[in-house]
Amino acid sequence: MTASATAKVPLVEVEDIHTFYGKSHILHGVSLQVGRGEVVGLLGRNGVGKSTTLKTIMGLVNPSRGRVRFEGSATTGLPAHRLARIGIAYVPEDRRIFRLLTVMENLRTGLDRRGVSEARKQELLDKVFAYFPRLAERRNQAGGTLSGGEQQMLAIARAMMLEPKIILLDEPTEGLMPRMVSQIREIIEVLHREGVAILLVEQNVPLTLETSQRVYIMEKGVVRHQCAASELRVNDAVIHQYLGV
Amino acid sequence: MEVISDFFQAIPYDQILIQTLNGIVTGMILALIASGLTLIFGIMDVVNFAHGELFMLGAYIGVVVLATSGSFWLALVLATLVVAIIGAALQITTLRPLIGRDPLTTILATFGLSLVLQNYALWQFGPVARKIQEPITGQFTLFYLEYPWYRVLIAGLSAAIIGAFWLFLKYGTYGIWIRATTQDRVMAQAMGIPVPWVHTAAFAIGAGMAAASGVLFAPLVGVNHSMGLDWVLKAFIVVVVGGMGNLGGSIAASIFISLLEAYASIWVSPAQAVIVSFVVLILTLLFRPTGLFVPTPK
Amino acid sequence: MSKRSTTIYWIGFSLILALLIVAPLVLPEFWRRFLTEILIWGLLAMSSDILIGYTGMVSFGHSAFFGLGMYGAAAALLMVKPPNLWLAIVYGLVGSAGIALFVAYFSTRLRDIYFAITTLIFSQIFYVIIFTWTDVTGGENGLTFSRPALGIPGLFSVPFSSETLHWFVLAVVTTSYLILRRITQSPFGMVLQSIRENEGRTRAIGYAIERYKIVAVMLSGLFAGLAGVLYAIQNRFAAPDFVYFLVSGETVIFNVMGGIGTLVGPIVGAAFFLLLREAFSRFFTEYYLIPVGVIFIAMIIFMPQGLLGFMRRWLNQ
Repeated sequence: MTASATAKVPLVEVEDIHTFYGKSHILHGVSLQVGRGEVVGLLGRNGVGKSTTLKTIMGLVNPSRGRVRFEGSATTGLPAHRLARIGIAYVPEDRRIFRLLTVMENLRTGLDRRGVSEARKQELLDKVFAYFPRLAERRNQAGGTLSGGEQQMLAIARAMMLEPKIILLDEPTEGLMPRMVSQIREIIEVLHREGVAILLVEQNVPLTLETSQRVYIMEKGVVRHQCAASELRVNDAVIHQYLGV
Repeated sequence: MEVISDFFQAIPYDQILIQTLNGIVTGMILALIASGLTLIFGIMDVVNFAHGELFMLGAYIGVVVLATSGSFWLALVLATLVVAIIGAALQITTLRPLIGRDPLTTILATFGLSLVLQNYALWQFGPVARKIQEPITGQFTLFYLEYPWYRVLIAGLSAAIIGAFWLFLKYGTYGIWIRATTQDRVMAQAMGIPVPWVHTAAFAIGAGMAAASGVLFAPLVGVNHSMGLDWVLKAFIVVVVGGMGNLGGSIAASIFISLLEAYASIWVSPAQAVIVSFVVLILTLLFRPTGLFVPTPK
Repeated sequence: MSKRSTTIYWIGFSLILALLIVAPLVLPEFWRRFLTEILIWGLLAMSSDILIGYTGMVSFGHSAFFGLGMYGAAAALLMVKPPNLWLAIVYGLVGSAGIALFVAYFSTRLRDIYFAITTLIFSQIFYVIIFTWTDVTGGENGLTFSRPALGIPGLFSVPFSSETLHWFVLAVVTTSYLILRRITQSPFGMVLQSIRENEGRTRAIGYAIERYKIVAVMLSGLFAGLAGVLYAIQNRFAAPDFVYFLVSGETVIFNVMGGIGTLVGPIVGAAFFLLLREAFSRFFTEYYLIPVGVIFIAMIIFMPQGLLGFMRRWLNQ
């Protein structure tokens, strides 16, 4: 593909997916796109299916209908570990770091991949420890002993070890102090500068509008509205309508 | 006064000493078997009923290799490898299709496997027990008693294998994968760890460890098709008492229960000494159901 | 159930019952005994279904109930002269009820795998006791005794013939089936099934789950013990082999093969397994368990609803 052609194909494309948990019909035909290097926000009230959408993209849940595409190729139904290796990383809602593994071991789960030289691995580690000095301090401590904020850092750092093209971030600021929230904002900006795309699910609307280029708003299992984040910064009537905030 | 000294004189010290050693030896073999069982349960929630049969197969393959090559050590290595491969094959064909289903199905499937494997061994090797020679004969003197070197070797080797396994888990790349998958299967997948293969590998490792125990244990008893049954029961007890999925716990529990049984056999027949382990299990389930050697959960 | 399907059910039931009644008259001796054995194992499997299929409690303890029923009956037949059928039944039921009470206590405190393993251990405990307490239980060799006569003391007494024994067993099993069916369809049975579906929710609604579980275990144990009594009467011996946990394992196999939670399924499963065993042992002598085991595993993977479930879906197509 030529450079201009690849530029047109969205990095991640979700097309009319329907996902069930058992008998519950959670997603009723969700469609969205994330372009290369884009930061896209996904807003909506609790329970509308934002997390489920991320999980479907990550291959942790299989849609019963619809397609997911990554760099133009269909990925629906592929197992999560394949997707992690081709460039999709996932940071779940409750962080879910490996509590009994040390910080270093947590990072290694993403670092130990085929085709990555030892030098490159060291580079990645150095980079991540530079961004998260607290993690460097605690590198031999068990993940479960870290504070909530530190665990969130670890979850993101771990995802970065995969050198992903897109990170699916699910409510990274939940339960964090305001100081940590600004740290999250900084990290998102750093990642964006490095060209990593981000699909950001958040309850924190201001943060989302500050960091995203585009925003989708979901309601009851479908995408109801999409626009540039800049529009929403000025006109918050839509926000009130869908989020009641 | 006299009663007390009579009491102390009546204690069979030499018996206790011997049984302590026996208990430790049996305990180490049991620990090796139980480690495999607890690894398999911890990582994929499978109660592997066929584990005793993997032990038995290891012993038989050891017998065959020993007969053809004359080398006990070759027998040990080959049996471990072959059974590990068999284990992997079994996991792929019968257990992978059952992922996500009711845990009852895997118990039943492994129970079915144990029946098939047992009868297969009966068919191939016949009902008569085979005996093999210890690779090291001779005894050493401990105080005024004689104790066979081979038994000490078994304990040492089992400990070495378990130790190597523990090191692998702690420091090896794939060891980290196994530990991560055990803790959180879903996130392990999301980190690119090929979880289905980690499961297969874990099953293979568990099978290999069972087979190694089988070969090590073979010179002590006759090798026959039903030798797995007693061990699998005891291994289950050990895994539950030690805390499901807790490696250190099952090792401690193995030694603990084996020692108790060894001491009991001073006074009752071995067939009845088995009840000791049952009682320990029941008491554990009543009072500390998460395991005797596990710190009390919050 | 709709009126129509109920009628169909009863017609089918009567037909099968009629066949079973007539069978001993036309079958050769071997098959007559075989059929009787199917009924007895079917009863055992049904009793196990109450726990596995309806309450969702996997139990490997049925060999204990069965064995105690058997040895209880043996005790009555050996200790009380002349051997009395009803006494044998009573002793057997008391024996298995006692064990059931014991197991029931643990059932309320343990879940899932822990319960399954504990019931397995119990079977083994009883096995060891029976195996080693040679004076009382005959140890490895078991006990032999004579078959009691069918009769009511003081009124009449008729020794069993092969046919009348079959009919007696059939009567007992059929009655048991009807009783169990009535129970599973009653409100009590509904609660059991709700426990299987979601224990937490059932408790949250306000049911004292522990009590229901205890009753389920007692019920299961009683009917399993009854099967043991019947077996003792039919075969005139009691042996520790029947208390070994493999019997429990086979019982669970009957349940799964036939279809759990259906009551009829386990009987079908027992019949299927025994027929397979009979067929394969013609070709494989003692190694029949190899092909049967493989079929069992294949059924778990491909036919998890058992034979009954499979037929139901096939009929619905």
